[in-house]
Parts: sequence; structure tokens; C-alpha cells
Amino acid sequence: MDAKEFWAALKERGLNLFAGVPDSTFQEAYNVMVADPDIRYVPAVREDVALGIASATYFTGGLGGVIMQNSGVGNLVNPLMSFNLMYKIPAFLVVGWRGYGGPPNDAPEHWIMGAKTTEFFDLMEVPYEILEPDNLEPTLDRLLTAIKERSVPGALLVRAGVIT
Amino acid sequence: MIARYQAIERILSHIREADLVVSTTGMISRELFTLDDRPGNFYMIGSMGLASAMGLGLAIQAPHKRVFVLEGDGSALMSLGTLPLISSEQPSNLFHIILDNEAYESTGGQPSISSQFDLAETARSAGYPWTRRVDDLEELESALTEVTAAGQLSLIVVKAGIAPVDGIPRVSHTPEQIRDRFKSAVQA
Repeated sequence: MDAKEFWAALKERGLNLFAGVPDSTFQEAYNVMVADPDIRYVPAVREDVALGIASATYFTGGLGGVIMQNSGVGNLVNPLMSFNLMYKIPAFLVVGWRGYGGPPNDAPEHWIMGAKTTEFFDLMEVPYEILEPDNLEPTLDRLLTAIKERSVPGALLVRAGVIT
Repeated sequence: MIARYQAIERILSHIREADLVVSTTGMISRELFTLDDRPGNFYMIGSMGLASAMGLGLAIQAPHKRVFVLEGDGSALMSLGTLPLISSEQPSNLFHIILDNEAYESTGGQPSISSQFDLAETARSAGYPWTRRVDDLEELESALTEVTAAGQLSLIVVKAGIAPVDGIPRVSHTPEQIRDRFKSAVQA
């Protein structure tokens, strides 16, 4: 799908603050977002810092977003366990899925996390959806419903080539 | 050297009803809770190191509010990268205060490495426009008066002693109670 279409769908659903760390999986989407005057982007230094910033949006009545690569999921474990899931503070995580399917896909540093990414979210009981090129709106709505019902963060997993 | 409890008391004397305070895990949140349990306090009882990130997010998204971040040297060291990030955003409504007792007092007083360098100097290098290290209550008072009048991003490092105070309870509100009353305070 087109990067502009992706962000338009998120903005329509009230998401207009993102903090994060870039990923090549959605390089074009990143560039479009940074150039979008309707999105406030904070280039956080780590994924946990990004989640802290995005969580503040909840207190102003909105829903904050994080963009990141799945290699940073480990950096989210502490704030998820003893902040977001404990206080029940939601956030919307856009996670680039490097190493999808395990080796020989992608570079070696992504093989192990690539194969285990969904297991991490399952273990942490963080809802997630996998974005496909033709299912943007229903996928977003399912994820947002899960996020709002449980008042916890939820993750949208984005493989290479899905957003162009 | 200032007793941390007295430092928090002095900081509170500069805080108005509408202000937001994000306090770090451990004794700092417990002492804040004991001294003045106000709805605008967010006791970040877990996730060590995250208070400054949450404070930054609030300062950006609630620009009409004054946001005070109260953390220790241990939590500041854990998220040192947040200093240049905050500086790059330059929120003029963020007042960052590090209570530096050179130790992990909440876990038994194990020494941290902050005795070996100056966190105020670190913040200045990171781009904070106003930083100061204070060693006694008078210096803290004058620093607080200056920063609250200046309306610019600031960081005060308060050199605090390890002086455990007896009878400091844990925060008795549930996490969701802390969240809900803080949300009301942000939107007030």
C-alpha cells in the first residue's frame, strides 16, 4: 500500500503523535510521516523512551504512537511490564518485522527475533495484528478495538514491502 | 548536602496546584506521596529511567502546563540518552530535577557512579540552556526561584545526602487510581 494511504488511515483514527526509532521496513512511510505537518514526531533515542513519550498522549485524551524495528522489542519489556500494562496506559506500536520467517530471510542479526517476534507479544499479552497490503482499515480497526477494550498497548507488525 | 526529604519539601513549596509532577520509582515517589499527595503527582512506581521520557511527552503535549520531573541519579544515569533528546525538543515548560545522592538508596544505598562526574555538566553538554548543581537549601531555593521565573528548559542537580527517613509508606493508591486522577489533573 501507499505510505500516504497508511498515514491517512491512522490520522483518520486520531493518531497524530509518534515517537520512535526508524526502520528500513517502512523507510518510505517514515519519510512521509516526518514530512507530514499534521503529525508531531519525536525522534526518540530508544524504544522505551519512545513508549514513555507516546504514553503521555493518553493523559491528554488521545492515543500516542511508537514506530520501531522488532529488534527493539526487548527494550519495551520493562516499560510494558511495570508501566503500561500495570497502569493500563494504551499506545499504538508500529513495529517493522525484520527477519520475518527466520533464516535465510534478512540479515543474521534479525533471524532469532524475526522468528520469535509474535511469541514475545503473546507472552506479554500485548495484542497485535499483522498488516497485509490489502487489509489496512479492518486490521487497524481490530487492533484499535483491542487496545481500547483492554486499555493496553497494541502492535501492528509490518513486513518489508507491505508499505511502499 | 541536603536531606532529600527536605529538598522535596522545598521543591513542593514552588509547585502550584495546576502543575504536573512525574516522580521516579522508589523512595522519591514515596517521599513525595508522604509530603503532599496531590492528583497532579504521577508516581511512576516501576519502569526506572522512564520518568524523564514521560515528562517530555507531557511537556510537548500539554504546553500550557508546567511539568516537573523528579528523579534520582540512578534513574538519570539509566536513561542518559534522554537528556539530549529533551534538549533537542527544548520544551520551555519542563523543569528537570535530579536528586543526586550518589547511591541507589531505595535498594539499600549501593553507590552509583554519579560521584565521579557532574550530571549538571552532562546536561549542559547535552544542550540544556539552564543547569545548576546545588549543595544546600539556600542554593536550591534560589535555583527554583530562577527557573520558575525564566520559563525555559532547565535542570537542577540537587546534591542530596543518604538520610533514610523512618515511616515513609509505599504509595497506597492503585496504579489505576494514580493514572485516573493524574489524567484529570492534566486535563484540568
